[in-house]
Amino acid sequence: MGDEVKLFGSWASPFSRRVEIALKLKGVSYEFIQEDFSNKSPLLLKYNPVHKKVPVLLHNGKPIAESLVILEYIDETWKGNPIYPEDPYERAVARFWAKFIDEKCMPAAWKACTAEEEQEKAMEEACECLKTLEGALKDKKFFGGETVGLVDIVANTIGFWLKVIQEMMGVKLLTAEKFPVLFKWSEEYVGCPIIKRDLPPSDELMVHFRAILKRAK
Amino acid sequence: MAEEVKLFGTCGSPFSSRIQVALKLKGISYEYIEEDLTNKSPLLLKYNPIHKKIPVLLHNGKPIVESLVILEYIDETWKANPILPEDPYDRATARFWAKYIDEKCVAAAVKAFWAEEKEREKAVEEACECLKTLEGALKDKKFAGGETLGLVDIAASFIAFWLRSFQEISGVELLTEEKFPDLFKWCEEYVEHPIIKEHLPSRDELIVFVNKRRQNLK
Repeated sequence: MGDEVKLFGSWASPFSRRVEIALKLKGVSYEFIQEDFSNKSPLLLKYNPVHKKVPVLLHNGKPIAESLVILEYIDETWKGNPIYPEDPYERAVARFWAKFIDEKCMPAAWKACTAEEEQEKAMEEACECLKTLEGALKDKKFFGGETVGLVDIVANTIGFWLKVIQEMMGVKLLTAEKFPVLFKWSEEYVGCPIIKRDLPPSDELMVHFRAILKRAK
Repeated sequence: MAEEVKLFGTCGSPFSSRIQVALKLKGISYEYIEEDLTNKSPLLLKYNPIHKKIPVLLHNGKPIVESLVILEYIDETWKANPILPEDPYDRATARFWAKYIDEKCVAAAVKAFWAEEKEREKAVEEACECLKTLEGALKDKKFAGGETLGLVDIAASFIAFWLRSFQEISGVELLTEEKFPDLFKWCEEYVEHPIIKEHLPSRDELIVFVNKRRQNLK
């Protein structure tokens, strides 16, 4: 049976890149369709009418949207190299941290880096989040233990995108001094082969973000 | 092996109620601990130090938090009467809608009910957009899970009961039979389901809950 897998995504989106990491990890061949946010394709709007966003995975013609939902789908459909832990409790813990990163950490970090008003307060909140996240690492090499797991994949926003944004904006949020454990993880993380191949070039990413921030004004 | 299941919840909370429904559906015995959100217990703060919220499920001493995470845990741990479908694509669809309810619908509805006068019109519009989208997903089905309650139905109890109760309390109209006939019909059937009905708060309990939440938010 031929599996037809397509991914509507963007080179600059961490959410899109997460899905690529997972597909590659599992050895799934897919066609990548780059979406232009200022000019979304009719297919993207057809396959994700609710959110109109990337990533959207198309598997044998059926669309799945929302990166965390897609990651679970990938793990349940292609069994090699599991991303999620096997034990239900460990899975619940992984899901908890994935949600925490997406719902609290990254929004707080983005705000701290880009806020014009109340920057100090935003910084404080972001630091709280990172401190909490660091607590989840403890003495482990990765959130997933010895190897990269779901939380590490989801934390691509923290491990790479955040560092690019903070450098661009001149904000010192995730530093070795403030968060030694998390910082060390981020260094290992970006060097890890299965992660590295899905990190966009930082200079191009900065150009992309500058354009986004300019448009937002 | 003796299972020890405890649930820290609050009467009147839709998120707390979801867990009770799931545990009941699966026939799991548990100890319920009522939390006063204006005076959180040391145990709650111990088991959910990050968010300090209910519900918290404690299974053989291990805490699980965040209602959708708890629901998945329950489904994976106790196999009777599955909440999630078996097919991966259907599971993805269920997860998508449960997320949509929590991240968009609940937030939009709460905003519409408690918004300042000048922001209310826009907030109501956004909430109605959400309801319209959700109506599309629930249409033609007795329950989102098919003939029996599933994840999306359990998550959507907020819409079927809490949202409609808040409408009455606040006087802000969102979900009416005229505007959303299919969704309205779905809600009416839903709140009559015996397990759902059993875990809905009374009007008084709901008002107490709402007042304490607003107190907390100040």
